[in-house]
Amino acid sequence: MTSTLTHLDELEAEAIHIFRETAASFQRPVLMYSIGKDSGVLLHLAMKAFWPAKPPFPLLHVDTTWKFKEMIAFRDRKVRELGLDLIIHVNEEGLRAGVSPITHGSKIHTDVMKTQGLRQALDKHGFDAAIGGARRDEEKSRAKERVFSFRDANHRWEPRTQRPELWNLFNTRLRPGESMRVFPLSNWTELDVWLYTHRHGLEVVPLYFAKERPVVERDGSLILVDDDRLPLREGETPQMRSVRLRTLGCYPLSGAIESQARTLPEVIEELLIARTSERQGRLIDHDVTGSMEEKKREGYF
Amino acid sequence: MSTETGATLTVQQYLRRYEENDLLRFLTCGSVDDGKSTLIGRLLLDTGRIYQDHMRSLEADSRIHGTQGGELDLALLVDGLKSEREQGITIDVAWRYFATAKRSFIIADCPGHEQFTRNMATGASHCQLAISLIDARHGVTTQTRRHAFISSLLGIRHVVAAVNKMDLVGFSESRFRAIEREFQEYCGKLGIPDPVSVPISARDGDNVVRRSERIPWYSGNSIIDLLESVPVDRHSADAPFRMCVQGSVRPTPDFRGFFGTVASGSIKPGDRIRVLPSGRETRLRRIASPSGDLPIVVAPAAALLLFEDEIDCARGDVIAGVGSDPHLLQRFTADLVWMQETPLVQGTQWLLRLGTKSTTCTVRRVLWESSVDTLEHLPAGSLNLNAIGRVEIESEEMLALDDYDACRPLGALVLVDKLTNATAAAGMVRLASAHSEAHWDTESSATLQARESLVSPGQRQARFAQKPATVLICGRPGAGKTAIAAALERMLFDRGHAAVVLDGQALRRTISRDLGFGAQARSENLRRAMDLALLLNEQGLIVIASMVAPQREARRRSRELLGTHHFVLVSVDGGRDDDSVDPTGFEPPSDAEITVPCGTRAADAAQKVIDLLRARGLLH
Repeated sequence: MTSTLTHLDELEAEAIHIFRETAASFQRPVLMYSIGKDSGVLLHLAMKAFWPAKPPFPLLHVDTTWKFKEMIAFRDRKVRELGLDLIIHVNEEGLRAGVSPITHGSKIHTDVMKTQGLRQALDKHGFDAAIGGARRDEEKSRAKERVFSFRDANHRWEPRTQRPELWNLFNTRLRPGESMRVFPLSNWTELDVWLYTHRHGLEVVPLYFAKERPVVERDGSLILVDDDRLPLREGETPQMRSVRLRTLGCYPLSGAIESQARTLPEVIEELLIARTSERQGRLIDHDVTGSMEEKKREGYF
Repeated sequence: MSTETGATLTVQQYLRRYEENDLLRFLTCGSVDDGKSTLIGRLLLDTGRIYQDHMRSLEADSRIHGTQGGELDLALLVDGLKSEREQGITIDVAWRYFATAKRSFIIADCPGHEQFTRNMATGASHCQLAISLIDARHGVTTQTRRHAFISSLLGIRHVVAAVNKMDLVGFSESRFRAIEREFQEYCGKLGIPDPVSVPISARDGDNVVRRSERIPWYSGNSIIDLLESVPVDRHSADAPFRMCVQGSVRPTPDFRGFFGTVASGSIKPGDRIRVLPSGRETRLRRIASPSGDLPIVVAPAAALLLFEDEIDCARGDVIAGVGSDPHLLQRFTADLVWMQETPLVQGTQWLLRLGTKSTTCTVRRVLWESSVDTLEHLPAGSLNLNAIGRVEIESEEMLALDDYDACRPLGALVLVDKLTNATAAAGMVRLASAHSEAHWDTESSATLQARESLVSPGQRQARFAQKPATVLICGRPGAGKTAIAAALERMLFDRGHAAVVLDGQALRRTISRDLGFGAQARSENLRRAMDLALLLNEQGLIVIASMVAPQREARRRSRELLGTHHFVLVSVDGGRDDDSVDPTGFEPPSDAEITVPCGTRAADAAQKVIDLLRARGLLH
């Protein structure tokens, strides 16, 4: 008799193993909860890994204050339902300086509100392991990322100091001030995340499904007018179009796509036919070639 | 919905099919110019994994960085970091993903030059299949031999030679067959069964996903056919059960669960289990899960186990099925792949990780360094970066482990530098299989000679007032064997006789510390004790062996070895109360000279033995 585990079972087992290793190996781990579909799978697996106890770490959301309203509502409800601790961190300095994606552009906004914000939060709470939902298939520069990705005392990622990872024996040793980013979904693809979400009936933010929403077309992307902070350029009038989002981030930086997919199977169907990789909707990657790599060096996920 | 095979599926059918896919992890290795990146790019492209936006940036990149004269350069799909792309090199294992309607795949893409050994070992540790790229113009090279060697070292059973650039040798069959033969011969030397060679052109896609019309003489499988059909065979439910404990959870006083990933085999509620290294035994009560209890759990699933009894168990322990125990060792040999700049020096201390156990160890000796090119064992006192060698490791704590080829998760280890925290080495535990066999019938070398003594047996008898004898006191753990042995030793000593005690636990700590608790190992443990008893009997001494000795056959062999007249079997009833089957598999003897009922005073039992020895004329 041989194993009957499917690839999703195997990926699930691997992720749970990583969660349990993290809980056992670090003083103060935290789960980076960013509300999207990957975070949804991550949270589900964290609950499963330690059941019937709750995960032995809090959730952290680095809020740029520009997330979609529906995301925040979903986050708050989810956390309440599961009875988990959620830490919300906002880079107050950035906020006071008036940094926004509209006035400062995606690069500065992301750096200040996300990258710096994350570092502040990790330092403030003394977290030594930050668990995130990043996948290796998302972008070329992530193909070599470790499951346990080492960061020096300045949160910097250096390709040359990363440790070889053999079998599922992880080297989790740290010196004071150093930290680890942990990626339990490293080996999942976008399709795996959707298949798993479908198979286990996990709830996702409704923004992933097509609906008539007010959008403007800008620099080749469809931007949702989520609130009245988005200044309309000359000639721009929000139009109601049936759109959905492939990735959730700050609303002025997340391009929507026109779609009729109102259910999960329909989303998956579109995904398979469209063959447009999901990060395309994220405007932040288009700033410079190899931009993800540079953000990683600075401490962004 | 259209798939790469042209079939049309509804999305529901599609979901069902892809959800049921199993997973194959394979590695690709080859030199810079062998076309490895091109092959991967081709696999991704032809199985429909390249998204439109990636394709557009590939077209742009090909014009700037491409090596195909502005034509589509598939290698650019997979060459990652900016610095690498600019230098045209790759420096680290990269992971790629794709799926077909039959299977999901993870590729460990191992670069072929700098840090080659380290990278390939890293990739191979996750994989069940290896594709070695061979340039048809150059044939099998030193590099190819290294790939095969490291694959076999890391336990990969399926090895494929992708003979690339067939277009550049005019699709010559004789050229291909020559390479195929040479590759097969070399794999044979390494014990790799059934290596396969496939003639391909990665650039044009021949025999990668699409069958080639330009290679009509080849009727074998394409690369994708092989990948889809090779058995994913590493997890047999019948293999011995092993789980490395990651931690425990106790939300309420009556729920005490131990969680971990099943490393091998399967387990069901009611099965007998043993926690190692303590050796404590119990039965499995429940396999708990959020969706209800499970009837069985099979490797490599994540599990949460509840025991019948409250026995100690913690992170780092191993839970094993009774009857197929791993080895309990502090000193063992392993093959190391040395991964850091600072060389390994004999006698240095390292942090050792094996399963979920972390402890300190010392690398006592480097036995040899393996030449990756010639497979020779070279004498060595140290190992340098990327060297592979056999070493002897001594751990500060007792470890439950297996031979790497028998059970990867309990035979794989890493050494961490205590000062820098760098991962210094990866290791594969190598246990001589002879350890776990019972050696009652093993012949000693014919050239060995008997020792001549200047003391005759008669002189010994006169001195000790005795003839030699072996008293084997057997019984379940906790039956009171040790107390009887102690009383007997004291009484014989007080009467001026010469007796020695062989205590089962002392033997386990010394001459049998390499043995586990499986049936074979238990038999071998008794064999060693009885051979030792024979040596002592030959020198006139009485031996009192206090051991579980659970197997009838092994006890029969003991009697045969020592001679019926000089052998006394004492069976002690009772012992650790187990309601049904004794966990040691104890078979009560029917041929015991003396049976001691439960609760008998040790001195009374010892007196019975003395009376019997007197009656046989062994005590004067």
